[in-house]
Amino acid sequence: MGKKKDSASGPDSKSSVPRANPEPAPKKPAAAKAAERVTAVEMGARQREISVSEFFTKNRHLLGFDNPRKALLTCVKEAVDNALDACEEAGILPDVTVKLEVMSNGEPVAPSQANRFRITVTDNGPGIVRQQIPRIFAKLLYGSKFHRLRMSRGQQGIGISAAGMYGQLTTGKPVKIISRIGPKAAAHFFEVQIDTKKNEPLVHENKQIDWEQPRGTQVTLEVEGKYQKGRASVDEWLEQTSIANPHVKLIYRTPEGETKEYPRTYHELPPQPREIKPHPYGIEFGMLLKMLQDTKSHTLSGFLAGDFCRVSPQLADEICKAAKVSPEDKPRELKGPVAETLYRTLQETKIMAPPTNCISPIGEKAILAGLYKQIKGEFYTAVSRPPSVYRGNPFIIEAGLAYGNRPQDQNRPQQPAMPKAEGEHEEEDSELARVIRYANRVPLLYQQSACSTFKAVLSTGWKNYGLTQSRGALPGGPMVIFVHMASVWVPFTSESKEAIADYDEIQKEITLALRECGRRLGLFVRRRERAASEFRRRNIFELYIEEVVEACNRLKGGTLPKQKLKEQLQKIATSRTGGMKTDEALGKTGAGPEGLPHSIIVTADGVEGETALATQVESDQGLVVPTAEPNLRGDPTPADEPALKEDPTKSSRTTHRPNMRTAQSGQVTLSPGESKAKNRSGGKSPKPAKTVASKKHNRTS
Amino acid sequence: MTTKTKKTTPVEKKLIGLADIVIQSAERSKDPTFQIPIRALSNVAFNERKGLIEMGGKKQERSFFNVGMAKKFMQTVLVADALSELQRADLTTSLREIYYRTKHTIKNSHENTFDTQDESDPVIEDLEVSLATLREELHVRAENSGSIVGPVVFGDDGDRVDCSKLGKGGYSVPSIVEPEYLEIRRCTADFVLLVEKGTQWNRLSEDKFWRRYNCVLLTGNGQPPRGVRRLARRLHEEHRLPVYVLVDNDPWGYYIYSVIKQGSINLAFESQRMAIPKAKFMGLSSADPERYELPRNVGIKLNEKDIARAKELMNYQWFKKPAWQAEIKRMLTSGLKYELDALANKDFQYLTKKYLPRKLKEKDWLD
Ligand SMILES: Nc1ncnc2c1ncn2[C@@H]1O[C@H](COP(=O)(O)OP(=O)(O)OP(=O)(O)O)[C@@H](O)[C@H]1O
Ligand SMILES: [Mg+2]
Repeated sequence: MGKKKDSASGPDSKSSVPRANPEPAPKKPAAAKAAERVTAVEMGARQREISVSEFFTKNRHLLGFDNPRKALLTCVKEAVDNALDACEEAGILPDVTVKLEVMSNGEPVAPSQANRFRITVTDNGPGIVRQQIPRIFAKLLYGSKFHRLRMSRGQQGIGISAAGMYGQLTTGKPVKIISRIGPKAAAHFFEVQIDTKKNEPLVHENKQIDWEQPRGTQVTLEVEGKYQKGRASVDEWLEQTSIANPHVKLIYRTPEGETKEYPRTYHELPPQPREIKPHPYGIEFGMLLKMLQDTKSHTLSGFLAGDFCRVSPQLADEICKAAKVSPEDKPRELKGPVAETLYRTLQETKIMAPPTNCISPIGEKAILAGLYKQIKGEFYTAVSRPPSVYRGNPFIIEAGLAYGNRPQDQNRPQQPAMPKAEGEHEEEDSELARVIRYANRVPLLYQQSACSTFKAVLSTGWKNYGLTQSRGALPGGPMVIFVHMASVWVPFTSESKEAIADYDEIQKEITLALRECGRRLGLFVRRRERAASEFRRRNIFELYIEEVVEACNRLKGGTLPKQKLKEQLQKIATSRTGGMKTDEALGKTGAGPEGLPHSIIVTADGVEGETALATQVESDQGLVVPTAEPNLRGDPTPADEPALKEDPTKSSRTTHRPNMRTAQSGQVTLSPGESKAKNRSGGKSPKPAKTVASKKHNRTS
Repeated sequence: MTTKTKKTTPVEKKLIGLADIVIQSAERSKDPTFQIPIRALSNVAFNERKGLIEMGGKKQERSFFNVGMAKKFMQTVLVADALSELQRADLTTSLREIYYRTKHTIKNSHENTFDTQDESDPVIEDLEVSLATLREELHVRAENSGSIVGPVVFGDDGDRVDCSKLGKGGYSVPSIVEPEYLEIRRCTADFVLLVEKGTQWNRLSEDKFWRRYNCVLLTGNGQPPRGVRRLARRLHEEHRLPVYVLVDNDPWGYYIYSVIKQGSINLAFESQRMAIPKAKFMGLSSADPERYELPRNVGIKLNEKDIARAKELMNYQWFKKPAWQAEIKRMLTSGLKYELDALANKDFQYLTKKYLPRKLKEKDWLD
């Protein structure tokens, strides 16, 4: 089988389980009932092969089907992962539709009450050739990705068939597939089930059909499940998928019949990752033995140079010499202590780090686009670390931040001013940051606290960057922290692939990425505070003038021309504060936010930083009905945010979304003259802001 | 309260003057600014000849369009407004009521004009000082926390109050004792004894000390409030009564005595009307424990704060007299302070029957 066969910590561990752990033979703890001894013959009569399918039936939790809610998510995830993998490998920008329907016999059931669902996932990928369809969907451990070392979402060749089998076990329904490999080819419809004894497909239906799509695959599963929003839900997973995959257009038809669109906001495919051979540092002894058996080379030096990366023939000879074996030896004959010496020598020899083109990071721009699209904030930044290596496996860490509330959100709760009693203070917002984690672009929703990424977030000193943080806790404030690990081999802590293991090299990289994000956030926060104090300054005078004028009027026995005095005082106030360049305080003097690479800043007056990107994201969002806009806490709130600027007619399609993010910003602090510097955000976005700003100003003065 | 004719009082005129500053500055596009005399040690001087602490000429500016001062400025105008309201209505009120009267949430904000009384009290003092008006004149009263007993007759709101016929409780000294409010109709006493603590005053009153020694007993329960100080001053001035002060033997007691004698630093401008430069320090002196054989075990160890405060007092110009330097030094060397109450260690009536008679007989006091 594959080259990589390892402990339970690798992406392929799912498949290693059935073999490593045959069904526990009749369990008779010797100590418990010594009297009932069983003879070897008796035992032998009971010993037989266990099919992977049988194994799965008993151990479904290992593959993420432990409870109905998680099972529903796992099914969606397996199908979507495959769709995205296939599209990307074929060089197609993915369009994926996920549809969840409540299935009931008779009475209609509310989605939250239902226990049976139909999942349909459709992609515009390369399609699957007819002959392969049954085995892909109804044979466990069958796939194209296992036998290579290349970054992809799927790895084992078990995912979709396991989902199909789960459906079959819980509802008895077969998996339905439509696939078409091109406009000239026919679309094939299949209904398949798995023969769980033999782990072989049973084809129920196989015909050519008319299909509106020129190319792609559609999978339909009927499964027992539970639909519940919130943490670790299908909705959250799709939302997070969209953040890390802004090159994907994702349409989600919820069981409630709603349609959520996650538009494509990044129009380039991630670079194709290359396949690589294993690096000597990345293998374990058992795996070396297996490779020695499986190799096609006839000599040891040929094996070393041919089956590993970064081992030249010359280096192979040196290794042989150091391990005191002949380069001409037959690999298959190397056993026992000799093999062990070779293994040790391999680990001790200085070998160049593996090539890193086998991994394809999301990229700073794409992360920004994803965060900006999905999360309403004031400040966004993204960092992609240079490739690094742990145990011979190349990896890249990426981190990002979305921080703050949109200007219009900031002022919303201010409206009903509740008089404060003595000793009462403004409520401190006790909200904590949220961490979203990814491995190879796939969101990780379970086991957060066991995850290396989460630990790195906790151990980062966010106080240095102007945030609050209690000891050993997440930083406070409205913030989403994004961490992605891309690798040919993501080391998970368990076979359920939910948390990334703690390797020092990985921790270090995550920490460095978070620190850089934090540093930029700190700059932003400080700058915003400066601007805010300027705002306060002006505001104070505004507010107090009212009070002083009223009091003076009463002192003068109510005979004062109040309006005149007020205007005179306001004029003095403006001349006193107007001189201060608010623009400067806001740091809006250069082409971008200084010292803040790969960042977007949203202010009341427009967008700064990667403005082109932001504008692009907005226009992409403008083209669709944006219904899915969860806030920073992740609860899906009704979207009330911007869509378009050019075409006002489109806003009729968007239910209650006002205009541009800039135009809505309400409490604009600047006078019209001062807002001109902000017209750099490209496109038309700043214009509405300006008009709003001047309107506001006119009204107050 | 008597209703007076609706004539603008001089105090009200001064208050309106603040509004005029705002209006005139605005007219000239100037930042409205109030000049407020500084109420701190740096701006007081001891007038040796008069025996008074006097306020210097240093002033601080309080400007509206200065972020650090804007709120204080606004508060000052609000308090001035409330004070002029009192003038118009001819009402008196307390510091606390002024706080409540001027407190509200500023329009379009979460901010209160005042958050605690600690913010409004100093503004009232600022106004007293900058307008050179007494608090009484501003119609702001303090709490009545003083008592008087002895051969003195007052006229209060038309009532005749004979302080020799009020039992051991005496008369509660009002916070405003200006002649318009409190008339001293008759006084046959020989001196005034101002006692720091209510407990000692009670002891003396109960023992009818005032009758035997023909004196007026006054107390202010701690740092005497203005009413008590002002009344002592009036008795001293109008009836030529010497004033003796009886306090605990600790730095705080010395300071109380000094405030009665030459005025306070904070409201130095009122010394003119409050201070009694001829007041005498009767005790408890740091020499008394030895002289009256108080056992060491009724003393209390000076804490760090006491020591620091005592050293500070030694630096005040009005404590520079050699007798006072010796008095304070003696306390520091002994490392002990004594409460008046400690005299009870010898006898419950030791104060009445032994200590004070001997003090008076020996004329044993400090100036
Ligand atoms: N939508 C699709 N379009 C094209 N090929 C697909 C699609 N879905 C699955 N495949 C092919 O079927 C194979 C098996 O998929 P399966 O999900 O079972 O395993 P996998 O994705 O390789 O690994 P994993 O078990 O980790 O998901 C894939 O390797 C891929 O080649
Ligand atoms: Mg898969």
